[in-house]
Amino acid sequence: MTTKNRDVLQSLWDFFCSLKLTMFLLITLAITSIIGTIIPQGAPPPEYVAQISATKLQVYKTLGFFDMYHSWWFILLLYLLTVNLVACSIKRLPHILKIITHPTTTLSSGQEQSIANVASIKSSEQPEALKDRISSFLKSEFAQPVITEVDGAWHLFAQKSPWCRLAVYIVHLSVIVIFIGAMIGSLFGYKGYVSIPEGETITKIGLRSGQELDLGFGIRCEQFSVSTYPNGAPKEFKSILTVLENGKPVPDYTNARVIVNDPLQYKGITFYQSSYGDAGTHFFTMTDTEGKNSVPVTVPGTDSVALPDGSSMHVTQATDDVSAFAPGLSGPAAQVEVHSTSGATDSFVVYANHPELNVSYAKQHGSKLVMHYKGAQKKMYTGLQVAKDPGVWVVWLGCFLMVIGVYVAFFMSHRRVWVRIQNGHITVAGNSSKNQAAFQPVFQQLVDKLTTDLTKEKTR
Amino acid sequence: MTSSLLFNITTFAYLISMLLFFVFLASRAKALGTAAISVAYGGLVAQTIAIGLRWKESYDLGVGHAPLSNLYESVVFFSWTIVLIYALLDIRYKYRVIGAFVMPFALLGMAWAQLGLNTGIEPLVPALQSNWLLYHVITCFLGYAAFAVACGISIMYLIRANHDESSQKAGEASLISMFPPTRVLDDLNYRAIMVGFPLLTLGIITGAAWANYAWGTYWSWDPKETWSLIVWFVYAAFLHARFTRGWVGRRAAWLSIIGFAATIFCYLGVNLFLSGLHSYGGGK
Ligand code: HEM
Repeated sequence: MTTKNRDVLQSLWDFFCSLKLTMFLLITLAITSIIGTIIPQGAPPPEYVAQISATKLQVYKTLGFFDMYHSWWFILLLYLLTVNLVACSIKRLPHILKIITHPTTTLSSGQEQSIANVASIKSSEQPEALKDRISSFLKSEFAQPVITEVDGAWHLFAQKSPWCRLAVYIVHLSVIVIFIGAMIGSLFGYKGYVSIPEGETITKIGLRSGQELDLGFGIRCEQFSVSTYPNGAPKEFKSILTVLENGKPVPDYTNARVIVNDPLQYKGITFYQSSYGDAGTHFFTMTDTEGKNSVPVTVPGTDSVALPDGSSMHVTQATDDVSAFAPGLSGPAAQVEVHSTSGATDSFVVYANHPELNVSYAKQHGSKLVMHYKGAQKKMYTGLQVAKDPGVWVVWLGCFLMVIGVYVAFFMSHRRVWVRIQNGHITVAGNSSKNQAAFQPVFQQLVDKLTTDLTKEKTR
Repeated sequence: MTSSLLFNITTFAYLISMLLFFVFLASRAKALGTAAISVAYGGLVAQTIAIGLRWKESYDLGVGHAPLSNLYESVVFFSWTIVLIYALLDIRYKYRVIGAFVMPFALLGMAWAQLGLNTGIEPLVPALQSNWLLYHVITCFLGYAAFAVACGISIMYLIRANHDESSQKAGEASLISMFPPTRVLDDLNYRAIMVGFPLLTLGIITGAAWANYAWGTYWSWDPKETWSLIVWFVYAAFLHARFTRGWVGRRAAWLSIIGFAATIFCYLGVNLFLSGLHSYGGGK
């Protein structure tokens, strides 16, 4: 029973140490990630729902396709990747550490067979003297050697940057560090949004989760402006913001300028310029079809207001000059949406300079009331993305480790050279943990130089 | 001299270079190979000057910014990086004939940019007004270019491997004998990806840093971000393939080709077929 258990554990361990699992996970992650780029994420828009069948919708919902990067199976894949990574490291790291801390300092003939670069040099000099000379040669040309004597033979061993072998583990560690940073962010951070009309102050923001969050301080929007290039393309979206503590402006955060790509940061919370809109107050009048019995209607910003007949209306869009949209017409105009008591929704344009159009629209729709636009008092609102993420520095640390690790793993190598002096034969062997092709000429040069060194000394 | 004239010269040079590479393959005349690469280098120099000139021209127009701001400029830059990476590979490893499988990518880019895209210099929209644009686009495209070169090498690998298998019996020499042996191609493929992978990694990180700075989230699973991660997964799989029994050779070559297909989709497909935050690269 216990041996059986051990077998199960062993095969589970082998499963998690397997690089085939790594391949499977990386490729599966790549393929499944495509789903979320095709199916809209978040609450599916009605147009999309109308487009697919009910069963499909149900299947997608069950599989979490509408929030697939947070679905249980996608997270499971990431956990498996982490376990795989850790298991592989635990399995291989001791061996790598041994190579680094306990290098093979002697060159046996068995080893000689398996090493890529081997050369031999003949010399009649005393082994003792040879040993010293080669030792100082290696020290100046390659690295300080370790010298051992075994059965009357001298072995010299020198190495360069053995720690390179750890780079791959740094890369793997970095993946885990990034995951940890992401987790900290999702546990202790938040993302939200707030819109502030010019001149107004907010102290609460709406979070993405639907909740409200009290900031503990206030933000006032002093001004919002859009500037454009000569060709009409937008050049800058700019909010002027003031932070208020207990209703008083904070000195360094008064009239702070926030533009796209240059946010405002206060108490670890960051405010990003993300959108804007019209928060102006719109003025309308309601008359009968003769233009009499005028009743004023004031619509603040995008709010909905009740009309005399019980229906409600709001402004969806407004302009100072309608000629850009409707050639031949002029003056202010507003697009309004009216929700009647019967539940019907009607969307239409109301003009300031063209009352006859307003009347004819009402007549066409069998309405006794005519709506006229009287223009607006200008006011903008700024839309700010709000975020706090205490895990972001951990993520950057992970990214830093990854870049350094990948660079070292790819472009540096652990290089080793052995020299054996035995019976007047000098055997030189060398290898590198990476990129043997680049090491070979280096090795050859070293051997050539050593050969000329030794013969030169002898002839003198 | 205007940048637009120089870009036309570049396109023409890449066309000539590609044709010379094809004739070189067929004729096996060494001089033709030298001519082909010289023309490619000439094109690279012309293109480098042209990019610099376009940069200056944008300042003359009063909307000064690095020429990396729209689809046209990015395609031109992509083509430039492809030839640059190929040149580095050629200087280092001297397998000239790879040009026959790399120059077509560079030519395709330039031809499409010159003939099919809007070449006007436009002012930068607010979202792109950041130095991060420079770091992000340069690292990404150098990475993409290394993957393009790796893809060309992988195609050669598959052709050569198929040929080696069938011609063992036939034993006839052909233009394919000009290809480096499969062992060398496999190694070059790996080397190209070794250049591309760290660059893509940097590209994704600079993109994340920029997103964090500009929007407050370093990662939002926007289709472009997700596709760059998909590409990254594929090449990570490629890097691990050689440690996994049964995944070397042909399968590694296919991974490299699939990786480049995903790269192209990430670069162009996402803008054409999917919607998201990256307006960049979109447009006419
Ligand atoms: C399930 C997750 C993973 C496992 C189990 C795993 C395992 C391994 C192993 C065993 C090696 C070979 C080390 C050696 O003996 O030389 C390796 C190499 C490497 N891994 Fe991973 N790895 C994983 C994920 C990743 C990821 C996500 C990256 C992303 C950067 C990565 C990057 C590398 C690199 C750059 C190398 C060196 C490749 C080379 O030298 O050619 N690994 N990995």
